[in-house]
Amino acid sequence: MSESVKTSDYDADRKEMNAEAQQAVDKASTYEFGWSSDIEQDFAPKGLNEDTVRFISDKKGEPEWMLEWRLKAFRQWEKMESPDWAKLDIPMIDYQDAYYYAEPKPREKLGSLDEVDPEILRVYEKLGIPIEEQKVLAGVEGARKVAVDAVFDSVSVATTFRKELEDAGVIFRSISEAIKQYPDLVRQYLGKVVPMHDNYFATLNCAVFSDGTFVYIPKGVKCPMELSTYFRINAENTGQFERTLIIAEEGSYVSYLEGCTAPMRDENQLHAAVVELVAMDDAEIKYSTVQNWYPGDENGKGGIYNFVTKRGLCQGKNSKISWTQVETGSAVTWKYPSCVLNGEGSVGEFYSVALTNNYQQADTGTKMIHNGKNTRSTIISKGISAGHSDNTYRGLVRVGPNAENVRNFTQCDSLLLGDQSGAHTVPYIEVKNPTATIEHEATTSKISDDQMFYAQQRGLDAEAAVSLIVNGFAKEVLKELPMEFAVEAQKLLAISLEGSVG
Amino acid sequence: MMLKIENLHATVGDTEILKGLSLEINAGEIHAIMGPNGAGKSTLAYALGGRPGYEVTAGSVSFTPAVRPEPVEGQGEQESGASTSSARTGEGEAVDLLELDPHERAAAGIFLGFQYPVEIPGVSNLQFLRESLNAQRKARGEEALNGAEFIKLAKDKAALLKMDMDMLKRAVNVGFSGGEKKRNEMVQMGILDPQLAILDETDSGLDIDALRTVGSGINSIMRKPDKAVLLITHYQRLLELVEPDFVHVLADGRIVKTGGPELALQLENEGYEAIAEAA
Repeated sequence: MSESVKTSDYDADRKEMNAEAQQAVDKASTYEFGWSSDIEQDFAPKGLNEDTVRFISDKKGEPEWMLEWRLKAFRQWEKMESPDWAKLDIPMIDYQDAYYYAEPKPREKLGSLDEVDPEILRVYEKLGIPIEEQKVLAGVEGARKVAVDAVFDSVSVATTFRKELEDAGVIFRSISEAIKQYPDLVRQYLGKVVPMHDNYFATLNCAVFSDGTFVYIPKGVKCPMELSTYFRINAENTGQFERTLIIAEEGSYVSYLEGCTAPMRDENQLHAAVVELVAMDDAEIKYSTVQNWYPGDENGKGGIYNFVTKRGLCQGKNSKISWTQVETGSAVTWKYPSCVLNGEGSVGEFYSVALTNNYQQADTGTKMIHNGKNTRSTIISKGISAGHSDNTYRGLVRVGPNAENVRNFTQCDSLLLGDQSGAHTVPYIEVKNPTATIEHEATTSKISDDQMFYAQQRGLDAEAAVSLIVNGFAKEVLKELPMEFAVEAQKLLAISLEGSVG
Repeated sequence: MMLKIENLHATVGDTEILKGLSLEINAGEIHAIMGPNGAGKSTLAYALGGRPGYEVTAGSVSFTPAVRPEPVEGQGEQESGASTSSARTGEGEAVDLLELDPHERAAAGIFLGFQYPVEIPGVSNLQFLRESLNAQRKARGEEALNGAEFIKLAKDKAALLKMDMDMLKRAVNVGFSGGEKKRNEMVQMGILDPQLAILDETDSGLDIDALRTVGSGINSIMRKPDKAVLLITHYQRLLELVEPDFVHVLADGRIVKTGGPELALQLENEGYEAIAEAA
């Protein structure tokens, strides 16, 4: 009995989510988050040259070594070319026609959340989704703790729960602060997982990264709360170049949530983040993303270009890194969160839902690099294509010569809506050790007329029926998300499919 | 009169399947439609459900939900939360069924029991039914059921159909046997509590025990003064469990003969052809 009641509560929550999702669909005739907040900006001059790099470094009061690192990256980047191997049709990007730095005017140090800029609180409210965080921000007693490090227009302006995290020995800072406060730690790991020369966009990020997050979990510490960062792109033509570095020492655990929305703009916005994770012996990092940047309008005008390099290094024995992503936004997505499995017995996971509609293009997947013995990886990818969009899974599973007894399981499922969209699966498998067991399964399906009529005959309208079927299709991935993120993800899938039915 | 079908013509693709079908069903009645393969039985069910691709080219279908008994104050209170038998809006008013979208027909009180119930991977039966039921209730201006109310309702109906609650937690029809799918249709019918159930060969593919369960399910859920059933079947055996008030023979897109329960027996003995030709 009690078990059933629990189930019912769970289903009650799900139901509420779905009701909310339906409401959201009902009112989201245009992009709901299409607004911009009116906060003063301090711009770096338009364009990209060494002076821009110096301006950014100077603005942040960075030490000399950091500036030199940036300049080295910039000089390298100038000699590089934009990659063209992805199945993406990207218009020429004029890197000289963009701003590379903008931050809110400096404010006095905040003593409590009450002092947070009401404009920023309003932004959270409008984003609306992360219920637990909302409660925390509203000071609700007993709300589950989620630390929010708000990266608002490139600069961290509010950090909550710093004290409790500090008591646990956890360092949770904007990367700008960390560079100044923990220079040795940052220097030790920055660029070690994603080398400076790794790829065109990563190198660009090294030169001009604006801000981001630094997390350090000491040995044996289970981070007492989920860490959450909200990125917002809030100024016209401001490319955002976040830089995130998470280090989990031996036997530690951290769950990190990254969620994004962006205001509506006509101009294309460039986004090139770099995320590096390092897990030592028996450490575990769980990294979850819900990405909802402006995808462009129904004719393919505007939208974010999202070129992200995310990579985790399982350095220690039996370490584990798990990526979960729900990608519904951006006009162009180029993103391959990967795991380098060096430690013996280490585990890499990649759970992905990528939804494209209208003229969106996504080329996303993962790389699982098995260097250590007895390493295991799991890849579950769910691609949903609607409208005129193109959705590609691109994944690499590589087993090195010394990696004995490697196991990989890959499952790539594609769901097509309508007859104008495309789904593609491009798996690369390189095995240099005969003891490896590699499995790859792939399916492509459409929402059948039978399913639609069945759901409608039970009382659901067409939009609700599609939303239900799509959420069912993505369930294996959605269940990997923390609860509050699962709520947001369900809504986003529904909102993103708006207009794709009928 | 709950359902009044007049001179219904329907085509699938370029082929006319229903060729002037007329049928009247009153609240409290159970009608059986029998007929040879290809006579148009499933087409009738789909046309009434509003399935795209089943185009009605002529005729009319009028649906008048019966007036539902108001729950008695106090006595009905403890049950009212989990019961769907509250008053519906628009009661007693005839609607032109052909004007409504499929989900609107469902909300009006029409339930289709599918011959081949459809799988929806990743969506649990409970989630599917709760969303469906609350969508219907919303359309009728009724309060949505919360989780606890819904789970109680689902448990009651599942017990009635001898369906394990674990089945309701599984994805809709995924990995269900043929018999389980049909029982699941009946559980759905119990939960959605329609006014008119159109059951398309619900008895096909059932073993004897499952057939009994389905039969008693139809009786307990639908044999009520304010409800009606249209049973589409090939066989007499379900009609031994659910005794129809009327039996119709459908042949070549029209109802060619109507009678009482004895007509089903006659069909079983003599075959469709003889009856259809005689008519």
